[in-house]
Amino acid sequence: MKLVKLVALTLSLTLMMVGFAYAGKDLDAVKKKGFLQAGVNGGVFGFGMPDEKGVWRGLDVDTARAIAAAIFGDADKIKYTPLTAQQRFTALQSGEIDVLTRNATRTLTRETQLGLNFVTVNYYDGQGFMVPKKLGIKSAKELDGATVCVLPGTTTEQNAADYFRNNNMKMNPVVIESTSELAKTFFAGRCDVLTSDASQLAGTRAIAPNPKDYEILPEIISKEPLAPAVRQGDDNFRDVVDFSVMAMINAEELGITSKNVDQMLKSKDPVIKRFLGVIPGNGKALGLDERWAYNIIKQVGNYGEVFERNVGVNTTLGLKRGLNALWTHGGLMYSVPFK
Amino acid sequence: MPQKTEPVQSAAIPFWRDEAKRAIVFQIVALLLVAGAGYYLYSNTQENLARQSIATGFSFFDKEASFEIGESLIKYSAEDTYFRALLVGALNTVKVSFIGIVLTIILGTIVGIARLSSNWLMAKLSAGYIELMQNIPVLLQLFFWYAIFYEAFPSPRQALNPITGLFFSNRGMIFAIPKAHPAHAVMGWALLIVLVTGWFLNRWGHRRLDRTGQPFPALRITFALAVGVPLLIWLAYGAPTAMDIPVLRGFNFRGGITISPEFSALLLGLVLYTSAFVAEVVRAGIQSVGKGQIEAAMAIGLHPGQVLQRVILPQALRVIIPPLTSQLLNLIKNSSLAIAIGYADFVAVTNTMINQTGQAIEGVTLIMLLFLFFSLSTSLFMNWYNKKMALVER
Repeated sequence: MKLVKLVALTLSLTLMMVGFAYAGKDLDAVKKKGFLQAGVNGGVFGFGMPDEKGVWRGLDVDTARAIAAAIFGDADKIKYTPLTAQQRFTALQSGEIDVLTRNATRTLTRETQLGLNFVTVNYYDGQGFMVPKKLGIKSAKELDGATVCVLPGTTTEQNAADYFRNNNMKMNPVVIESTSELAKTFFAGRCDVLTSDASQLAGTRAIAPNPKDYEILPEIISKEPLAPAVRQGDDNFRDVVDFSVMAMINAEELGITSKNVDQMLKSKDPVIKRFLGVIPGNGKALGLDERWAYNIIKQVGNYGEVFERNVGVNTTLGLKRGLNALWTHGGLMYSVPFK
Repeated sequence: MPQKTEPVQSAAIPFWRDEAKRAIVFQIVALLLVAGAGYYLYSNTQENLARQSIATGFSFFDKEASFEIGESLIKYSAEDTYFRALLVGALNTVKVSFIGIVLTIILGTIVGIARLSSNWLMAKLSAGYIELMQNIPVLLQLFFWYAIFYEAFPSPRQALNPITGLFFSNRGMIFAIPKAHPAHAVMGWALLIVLVTGWFLNRWGHRRLDRTGQPFPALRITFALAVGVPLLIWLAYGAPTAMDIPVLRGFNFRGGITISPEFSALLLGLVLYTSAFVAEVVRAGIQSVGKGQIEAAMAIGLHPGQVLQRVILPQALRVIIPPLTSQLLNLIKNSSLAIAIGYADFVAVTNTMINQTGQAIEGVTLIMLLFLFFSLSTSLFMNWYNKKMALVER
């Protein structure tokens, strides 16, 4: 039972808090352990979900793999903990996981009151609404009095309530803890509308009995910068996670892919040479192998590759790059210089 | 020489050899250890939470909750405080537990008695019901009933409408209620007065029976008054019949009263599951009454109803109440499974609160305290009732 797990996590959090204070050596602990424990979604197609062979796939999963590649030089030195929306922060706080890559929105409260550190955004999302086409609704403004299926324990509940309040509409929420149970309930017609992050809506639609019967409304009612998070207390580890995400974006900016990365090692460009560790310095600064960025690109790929592989237009989700395109292509993906 | 061995001897026993004093010392040490451990846990948790900049305390109580709740007994909107949201959740837990307990006792008693019936079919059906319900995990039963509610019933636009003012759809059961009228309040008060009078009447009737041996039909009189008096008041007000009939407007029905599928599924699952256990408790209680007693009661000419009421039940209840209490507590605790099927009970609301404020320790503490409170008060009430029912030796 999920509640039991939540209680257990909370109790273990209490005990952790009692036992010792962090020495600020999360990175050392991970290195010593020999693998990275990553908290992932477990039920969202395209972001974090095991495939039919039991292999974990998704944008968030690949982000976690990139971090493992940076630390160990091997993207497979990783273990996954599937978490519900409610368990995720507690699991991170209590030390059950090292890093959270589970479509979590970065907010002020989470950053401060939860004692978390979010890093570079790996997916810019926003909350939307999905309705059955047969209702004939074209805009979220027509939803007055609707019954709304909401996943609990997310900013989603609050956003939906805010949106309906702002537009003087009434809503009648149905809040169910498990994503799959909620989706079933929605497909059976218990609710008129399902609200969640647009990417999750697309993922849910992909598993509908008949995906063509559902439509995502044009209104995006919130900003949801989804980012990996770590505990506060080890700035070095935070940097490693941060620059692992950024390395994938930087590689796309520089035109380095998993296919051409070996040739790129011979590049004359000092920017690329510094990035791939041919000119050493970056690795030492982060406390990693000089080849860390090379390992990420070689084993996981650049951001564009990861996006297209998991959620892009040629996948079931069929998402366009949109806000997640490089800044040079009108998106928001932007890497700081690697020097 | 004066003899002074005796007082010297008693004073000479050191306290560590004196069993009574030693016991006191041990208890003080144990108490100090527990208190010290408690203080250590508390202060260390506080300190480390502060070090990790995780907020603590209950100051979020009066902040705006800013999320909606599906169903509520009191007026609630997203503008209200977290405290009120938690109150809504607590009342929802009370609602499902209270109605669940009443229905469980009724159904459990019926099934328990039917299990002992001399009618073969009835006894076997009850036995089958008990075996089936007891042996399927309650969470699965909840999913099953919930799926039935949302899969089997049509959408609001095609809602089933068996009689005027009653609708069945996958949004729940919606039915008409009388439009608000001043007569209703008067009728309610009159009913309350009748019930209180009836209680005193019943007590007086019992005393008269003990004193003179003459029965007094207090229950029947109370029942007649309880129906008659409100009816007369209703007629006196000119028999207002205006109804608040639900109409389909936009997505959902407006007006009338809606019983949500989430509530129905939770109630049904909890009642069917727990009543199977209660039925066995009732059966055991009845079987604990000696056969000779029943035969003796019939021999002195009591009819079956009187045998049940005067001989079997008073003795069976003593056996039934303690295990019944534990089953009722199980029902209350199981109501926390509500979150799995979307009923906004205390746990569900607290979970949302935890996620928005991030204060898991406070939230889980609140859940534990509330369930402890509900369970203890139910226990207290049942213990009081148990004492009242206990055999009074004369």
